[in-house]
Amino acid sequence: MPGVITRPDPEKLLRRVQAEEEFRKRGRLKIFLGYASGVGKSFRMLDEGRRRRVRGEDIVVGAIQPYKSADIQEILQKMEVIPLKVIDEVPVIDVSAILRRRPQVCLVDGLAYDNPPSSAHAKRWQDVEDLLAAGVSVVGTVNLQYIEELRDRVEKITGKEVNDSIPLGFVKTADEIEVVDTPPEMCTETVEGREGEHRLTELREIALLLAADVVDHQLEAYLERHGIEQVWGAVERILVCVSPRVKAVDMIESGHRNAERFRGELHVIYVAEAEIAPEDQKVLESNFALARKLNAQTHTLEGEDPIHTIIEFARQHGITQIFIGHSTHESLWHRVWGSFVDRLIRQAEGIDVRVFPN
Amino acid sequence: MTDLSSNRRGVLRIYLGYAAGVGKTYRMLQEARQLKTQGVDVVIGYFEPHGRKDTIELTEDIETIPRRKLEYRGTVFEDMDTEAILRRRPAVCAVDEFAHTNVPGSERAKRWEDVEILLDAGIDVLTTMNVQHIESLNDRVWDFTGVRVRETVPDWVVRQADEVVMIDLPPEALMNRLRRGVIYAPEKAKQALQNFFKESTLRVLRELALRQTAHELDVHKMEKEEQTVASQATESLAQEGAPSPQPPDRVLIYITADPSTAMLIRRGRRVADYLSADCFAVAVQPAADGRGGSAQRDALERHLNFARNLHIETRVVRVGPVAEALVDFARLHRVTQIFLARSQQGPYVPVLGRSLVQQVVRLARDMQVTIVAERRQQKPVN
Repeated sequence: MPGVITRPDPEKLLRRVQAEEEFRKRGRLKIFLGYASGVGKSFRMLDEGRRRRVRGEDIVVGAIQPYKSADIQEILQKMEVIPLKVIDEVPVIDVSAILRRRPQVCLVDGLAYDNPPSSAHAKRWQDVEDLLAAGVSVVGTVNLQYIEELRDRVEKITGKEVNDSIPLGFVKTADEIEVVDTPPEMCTETVEGREGEHRLTELREIALLLAADVVDHQLEAYLERHGIEQVWGAVERILVCVSPRVKAVDMIESGHRNAERFRGELHVIYVAEAEIAPEDQKVLESNFALARKLNAQTHTLEGEDPIHTIIEFARQHGITQIFIGHSTHESLWHRVWGSFVDRLIRQAEGIDVRVFPN
Repeated sequence: MTDLSSNRRGVLRIYLGYAAGVGKTYRMLQEARQLKTQGVDVVIGYFEPHGRKDTIELTEDIETIPRRKLEYRGTVFEDMDTEAILRRRPAVCAVDEFAHTNVPGSERAKRWEDVEILLDAGIDVLTTMNVQHIESLNDRVWDFTGVRVRETVPDWVVRQADEVVMIDLPPEALMNRLRRGVIYAPEKAKQALQNFFKESTLRVLRELALRQTAHELDVHKMEKEEQTVASQATESLAQEGAPSPQPPDRVLIYITADPSTAMLIRRGRRVADYLSADCFAVAVQPAADGRGGSAQRDALERHLNFARNLHIETRVVRVGPVAEALVDFARLHRVTQIFLARSQQGPYVPVLGRSLVQQVVRLARDMQVTIVAERRQQKPVN
């Protein structure tokens, strides 16, 4: 929030300039992300390389997977290929040969490959780091099933164990990420069992949502860089306001279910009151514990006017829906001037308000 | 194809993108071509070339059904010739621009309705659309683009597609394409960069498209699971100890002549879809003494129609004070959540008397009441 003008710290400024300088020299990374093998990632990567080459960029192929369809072979014939080295029967990209050749862009298929123990890096993506640091841009492919953090989930779906892996953190550093989505029946990977297609659908969904999250983070960074205030993004964010006088458990559970269905975020807040009975304090704590178990972020807020505090929090966090409960008692003052609920509804401009029974 | 297939409904596949130029048509035609090489009888039912060379090349060895010409107010328009496609009876038909509005005077108002005819005739259809054409996203898209998208497709039409495929492209690459003149002619490209093709807009639209596609997959998954559960349940009816499922959500939308109602209907429908809830809409009959006038009645009728087009069951109740009528109706129909618009409480908030929103919130203490916020000013539905 604006209001305080801060003088830039010279140290910070220098670091930012250095970071920008480094960013300028570094190669750009683009990743084609697919939910299975055989969805067409390699083809899309090569097709992009081919088109960029026609537009005059200097492109080489640093790695291509052994299975080559007719389309892929056709493109490969028109491209310059720096052959893979084979160490202990494992194909490894030839980083030094690529760096001697110094292309603008290098295409690297299968970024999640493991290198054999005797090579400089354990993982192919680490070789790619070297290329990027040297100013060579890389266009590569990743199969969702090899992302480290997703491995358990994926294995449960496919029933297959994979050895090679790539950290999600590296995938997220990509300057551009492009989802390669294809109907399961057009994908050449077969998943065991009667429900093969169903399982592939689950993988597809994971890939799309992963990309949506990456895109969301990029969007936030972009808006911040350009000083754009944008309240309504693509994500539903639910704010549940609890107090000792509402049916908090119902509200938190409903908030959780809604957040899950919308693939959105859940926040649970309590605006601190001056005096709170010990038994109420206990209830609040157990409500917060439940909220955290359901992946909500919990916050206790301070503020003189609770409505103002809630709305300010909602605006800062891009909240799209506020959940509040009826209070169990209503004073004469409230009857004349409108209850807490009435006033919140009136002031929550641009945000949906859902009132819960008690 | 054998005679057995004649009763089968065609399969619908939608290539979903987030802007012109991401490559929807290209992918659709690529796959049409692939099917053709596999020996499938494929035709192009409608194709919008937009002068894009790579895409046009793809159509060259696929049979195209000529468009038909229609005159409207002295101008000749060309549109898809649905009758000719039905006569030709291909196995698969590629139809560009699913959300297109037909020339006035056509048999059907929207191209998606023509596609329904093809599907009913057992023809598989490949088609293209952008996420901003989905009806329930209309207000949100307007909010961050400032553009009111007029050509929309109801959510249920998209949901009944057998397959929704996301056509992705990073916005940086899309903007490069636009600047290189691949998507539009230079003058139009310049204009586009100031409107829809702002980078922040493209980023939001792309995220919406990714999430929407994931949601469509989610819905299909749940439908399949329900089918499995249902078939298992009939197999073993006597099974005991199964946890009783939560009572289903039922959403009720309050319809008035107020312009905010269109937004309320879209929002209510969207929430109901995400919660797999039943969705109703109710209007309270205007006073018989003609207060409010015919413009009001027309607006109310238009909103009821709009709700019906989105497959929402509508009712008009005739009794008494609005808040009581609404809440009684909700109780009678076991509604779990009432949707109201903030502005439906009228232009001023009474200090002593209570606004409609206040009254409903007070009366409906046994259910949830959602007060939907306005996003900027509203425009009525056509």
